[in-house]
Amino acid sequence: MTDGLGNAGDLLARLAANLASGGVEIVDLTHTLTPEFPVIVLPAEFGQCQPFRMEEVSRYDARGPGWYWNTITVSEHAGTHFDAPAHWISGRNLPNATVDALDPQTLVAPAVVLDFSAESAADEDFLLTRAHVEAWEAEHGAIPPRSWVLLRTDWSRHVGTPRYLNLREDGAHSPGPDADAVRFLVEERNILGFGTETVGTDAGQGGHLDPPYPAHFILHGAGRCGLQCLANLDRLPPRGALVFAAPLKIRHGSGSPLRGLALVPGGS
Amino acid sequence: MSEPLRPPPRKDPQAPTRPPQLPPQERSRAALGLVGAAARGVFALQRCGNCGTVAYPPRDACAACLSVDLAVEPVPDAGEAIAETTIRTTTDLYFRERAPWRVGLVRLDCGPSVVTHLHRDVAVPGRVRMVLKLDRSGNAVMMALPTTWSAPMADDPELRELTASPKFRRVLVTDARTPTGQAVVEALVKAEASLVFAGIAEPFKPFAGREKLEATERVQIVPLDLTDTSSVESLAGEIGGKTDIIVNTADHVRPGGLIDGPGVATARVSFELNVFGLQRLASSFGPAMRGRGADGTNSAAAFVDVLPVHALANWPGFGVHSATAAARLSMLQCLRAELRPGGVRVLSVFTGPVEDDWRQSVPPPKVAPRQIASAVVRALQEGIEESFVGDVAADVAARFAEDAKTLERELGS
Repeated sequence: MTDGLGNAGDLLARLAANLASGGVEIVDLTHTLTPEFPVIVLPAEFGQCQPFRMEEVSRYDARGPGWYWNTITVSEHAGTHFDAPAHWISGRNLPNATVDALDPQTLVAPAVVLDFSAESAADEDFLLTRAHVEAWEAEHGAIPPRSWVLLRTDWSRHVGTPRYLNLREDGAHSPGPDADAVRFLVEERNILGFGTETVGTDAGQGGHLDPPYPAHFILHGAGRCGLQCLANLDRLPPRGALVFAAPLKIRHGSGSPLRGLALVPGGS
Repeated sequence: MSEPLRPPPRKDPQAPTRPPQLPPQERSRAALGLVGAAARGVFALQRCGNCGTVAYPPRDACAACLSVDLAVEPVPDAGEAIAETTIRTTTDLYFRERAPWRVGLVRLDCGPSVVTHLHRDVAVPGRVRMVLKLDRSGNAVMMALPTTWSAPMADDPELRELTASPKFRRVLVTDARTPTGQAVVEALVKAEASLVFAGIAEPFKPFAGREKLEATERVQIVPLDLTDTSSVESLAGEIGGKTDIIVNTADHVRPGGLIDGPGVATARVSFELNVFGLQRLASSFGPAMRGRGADGTNSAAAFVDVLPVHALANWPGFGVHSATAAARLSMLQCLRAELRPGGVRVLSVFTGPVEDDWRQSVPPPKVAPRQIASAVVRALQEGIEESFVGDVAADVAARFAEDAKTLERELGS
C-alpha cells in the first residue's frame, strides 16, 4: 500500500528500526497512578471524582500463593486521563461520543505543543487566548487539522505539592484556555482535541468564564476530546510529535485513565 | 495519699515487651448479665422482683425467696469498706504481674457484702462509692472508690487497669480536619495525653483550624486517609508501635436514602471511609496495639470510635449514612473480640446529629463538637464502652433498649 509519502510498509519498518536505534524516541506522557494523585474537586454537594485506590488481593501468600494482583478503583477522570465528548453536557447528543465508540483513527495523531510555561509561572491564572495561539502559529506555522494541541505550562512539576490543584477558598487556580482560543482551535483549525498538564482542560477558575468551563463545553460540544494531567510535555518538540492516547474501551464510558505516549525525533 | 503518676521512661529497646495477660475470663451467664451496665458506666446489680433482695454474686435464683425473677437494675452505689488485704503473690499471671493488689470487703448499703478491688486511697473502715467496670477480659468487676475525689486519684494503678486513661498515652485522632476532630485533639491534650497525632487526609486541601493545630504543643499533624490502604499502612509503619489509643473521628455524611439519595457512587464513598476505613485502621494498627496491651504506663489501651447513634436503627433522611453506621457498629463488635486478647478496649461513642454543614436542615437538638470531645475523654478516663452524646442519642438508645422495632417505625415517620 502506498500513499503520497511512500510505501507504508517501508515506513513502519523504518519506524521500528528508528525506535530500536533511538532515531525515534518514546516519551511517556503519563503520571504514575497513585492514591495521592489529586483529582478535580467539585462543590461538595455534587458527586465527586474517585481518586485511584488499590487493594491487594494476594501477594504470593495464603490468599494466592503463586501470584500477586490487586483490585483497583478509580474514576474515569483520575490521573493522566482522556475525556470523551460525552463527558460534557454539550456533547451528550453526539454519535460515537463515548470511549468505546471512538474511531481508533483518533487515538493516534500528531501533536503540537504550545509552550506557555513562562506565562503560567508568572500568572497562576494564565489564560491562553486566540492571540497567543496566533502568535505561536506565526512562529511555528499553522496548527495542522486533526492534531492534538497540548498546552505546556510545566504545571506537572507541581504534582505532589499543594500548588498542583492550588485550592483556595475561591476555588482552584491554574492556567487554561479561554473560550475564544478553544473556539478558534475547533472551528478554524479543526483540531482533534486539547491536552493540558493540569487536572482539567480548563483553567482552575474556568467555571467563571463564558461559557463556564469553555474547553470542556466547546471541545466536547464539537465532538473533540481532552487529555489531562499530562507529563513530560517539556520533552516534546513544538511540532512533529505523534501521540498515542488510547482510553480503555469502557462501554458508555465518558473517559478513562490512559498510558499516553508520544513518538518524537531522537535527541529532541 | 496517691502519688501522682510519673511520665513513663522511653522504652528500653533491649527489653522484650511484656506479653499481655488477661484477668480470669470465665463467667456464668448470670454474671455476664452485669456487662451491659458496666459497659455504660452504671452501677447495677441483680434485684429480686419478688422480695426486693439485691444479689451478689449474680445467681440464677434469689437466695432469700428462690424466685428466678432476678433483673439487673441500678442500685445505690454507697457502702462501707469493712476489711482489706493486699495480694502480694499469686499464680494468676495477670495479677502476678501487677501485684501488690489491694482488695477489700465492702458492705453495700443496698444489701450484699462484696469482695472488691479497692482504690489505694480508700480508708478501711470507711465509706466508699462503688463502681462497676469492665476489666480487660471484658467482664464486669466492682471497685470501691473514695467518696471524695481529687485529680491524682485517677492515677491509682488498679483504676488505670479498669480504664484507658489518655494521661501519658499517645493518641491518634484519625480525622482532625473537622471541628469535631479538632475538639477531640484539644480535649486529649488537656487530658494530658503525651502526644496527639492529628490525621489529615489530602493535605493539599486547605482547612480551617490548621494553624491552631500546628501551634498546639504535643500535637503532630500526620497524613492519614482512611479510604487509602497504603496511607493507613504507611502511617502504621511509622507510629503503629507507639500508638496507645486511636480515636476514629472520621465520618462521611451525606443526606439521602436508597431511592431518594445520591446513589451508589456516593454511598460507596461513605462506606469506604466509615466502614472500610475502620477496617483499615484495625488491620494496620490492631496487631501492634494488641501486642502492647501490657506495655507499662503507656500501654496500648483503647480504640475509640465516634459513630452516629443511628447505627442502632435507620434514620431514613440519612439512610445510607445510618447503614454505614450499622455496619460500623457490627465491625466494632468484631474488633472488640479481636482486641480483647491484648486487653485493648473498644469504646463506642454514639452521637446524635452533629452541628455541621451536612445537617443544617436537621432541627435541634444537635451535638456540638466539644460535647463529643468530652464524651471521648470521659469514655477513656472511666473505661465506658458505650456512651451516648446528646439528647437524641440518649433517647434513641433508650428506645432501642425498649423495643428496636418500635424505634424503627418512629424514626421512619
